Amino acid sequence: MKQTNNQIQVLHEQYVIRLKQEKRWVRFFQLLIFVAFFSLWEIASRNHWIDPLLFSSPSTIWKLFVQKIADGSLVSHTGITLGETIIGFMLATFAGTFFAALLWWFPRLSKIVDPYLVILNAMPKVALGPIFIVALGPGFTSIIAMGTIISLIITTIVVYTSFKEVDPNYIKVLKTFGASRFQCFKEAVLPSSFPTIISTLKVNVGLSWVGVVVGEFLVSKQGLGYMIIYGFQVFNFTLVLLSLLVIAFLATIMYQIVGWIERKLIKNR
Amino acid sequence: MNFLVVDHVSHTYFTEKAAVTALENVSLEIEKGEFVSFLGPSGCGKTTLLSIIAALIQPTKGSVILEGEKVHSIHPSVGYMLQQDYLFPWKTIEENILLGLTIMGMNSNEAKQRALDLLSRIGLKGVETYYPNQLSGGMRQRAALVRTLATDPKILLLDEPFSALDYQTKLKLEELVWKTLKEYKKTALLVTHDIGEAIAMSDRIFLFSAKPGRLVRTFIVPKELRNLSPFHSRNHTTFSELFQFIWKELDSLEANE
Ligand SMILES: Nc1ncnc2c1ncn2[C@@H]1O[C@H](COP(=O)(O)OP(=O)(O)O)[C@@H](O)[C@H]1O
Ligand SMILES: [Mg+2]
Repeated sequence: MKQTNNQIQVLHEQYVIRLKQEKRWVRFFQLLIFVAFFSLWEIASRNHWIDPLLFSSPSTIWKLFVQKIADGSLVSHTGITLGETIIGFMLATFAGTFFAALLWWFPRLSKIVDPYLVILNAMPKVALGPIFIVALGPGFTSIIAMGTIISLIITTIVVYTSFKEVDPNYIKVLKTFGASRFQCFKEAVLPSSFPTIISTLKVNVGLSWVGVVVGEFLVSKQGLGYMIIYGFQVFNFTLVLLSLLVIAFLATIMYQIVGWIERKLIKNR
Repeated sequence: MNFLVVDHVSHTYFTEKAAVTALENVSLEIEKGEFVSFLGPSGCGKTTLLSIIAALIQPTKGSVILEGEKVHSIHPSVGYMLQQDYLFPWKTIEENILLGLTIMGMNSNEAKQRALDLLSRIGLKGVETYYPNQLSGGMRQRAALVRTLATDPKILLLDEPFSALDYQTKLKLEELVWKTLKEYKKTALLVTHDIGEAIAMSDRIFLFSAKPGRLVRTFIVPKELRNLSPFHSRNHTTFSELFQFIWKELDSLEANE
């Protein structure tokens, strides 16, 4: 008996070791791709396999990065874009959930507006950009409107669908206690839709970046989107690529934060 | 005076495609403290009748009278327990069992304490901070019973509360529920399609037929079984006699269809 126990323990240790090895290999290859990509880029650029004027090189981008950090301009542009994105993405999530709640509360309203939601959802929202700029002025407000509208409709639709799909028996339980419609919403409908709301957050993060960057293209005053369009106009592609890398980095961080919130909030299901 | 009267109740569900008559002209009376069962094949309108008694739906015809008063809206004297526990997975067991009190605005410390005491009486001491998915099926159904009893209803409606459990757990829970309800002198109305369960637990059995749902017969469980707990009742000789009798009745019902 004791011997078999030992054997199992040994087998388990081997299993854990194999798992760790597997993990290490995956990490290794991920790092390898990263290093290879940037090295190859650098080498290709130095040897003029690719046009350094168009594709720049990691070292040039790095130099520009250091310079832009030193003069403070990168930080301020990044701060503006990040702020706009966070506001746009929060507005879209809260307003979308609020609209979904309205639709749930007034079933007839939801039947009436259903085709309009479909049309609005199908429309490419960034095409509304010029209209926002005319209506709200070429600035902050328009850009935030872009960052919001791009995910607002889909959030409304997805969250409303999840409100509708709540198991009616939870509502039955509440009703047997004489719960009001608001209590049903607060105790059953909203909490059981939390996982859906969180997963729309993940999608909204990406979408809001798109909306905000396009907004900054159009308004062209400040922010990372402005840096891209400016770099493009003066043919400074190092600036364009630097902005792109910063956006990729920040979008990833935001996505990770949402993932962390998700794990915190829905650990009990 | 009768505690609960179901007076010529009929109910028809309307859908786009059809009108389904779930219940037709059902009348029955239940005394205070009585334990009765609704027995019948699935689809014979048992859940519909419970929902009507609980005022979750209004009958197409007829009325329900509780303690001399016509039932119009949801009544705090009626406790309803569903087929599955439907504990809210995002709430702890404590939050779950206090749900009814919270909704009804009766969450005095006294009421809370009574609910928690009941939880430990029913063998669930120490799980207050757990979440439902950390409990077994039987424990969850017991917690659901506490949730229903916490608001101190006068009559309990139990809609196939044991049907999702394995046999052994089911027998244990029958025993526990029976004893708890007798102890608190509750009137109870159990829906089941299990003949044995109906005989073991109740004082009277109402037999329903399907399509449309009708009350076809009432059986009075003999005195010697009524006072025995479900487990002992199942071992009594009278039990199998009554079982055979009801079995034949159900069989002939199906044959007539
Ligand atoms: N919400 C509903 N809409 C339409 N038909 C329903 C609805 N609920 C139940 N029914 C129908 O009414 C009949 C009785 O259902 P139910 O009361 O659930 O029976 P039981 O609980 O005895 O199985 C069934 O034929 C069922 O299809
Ligand atoms: Mg049923």
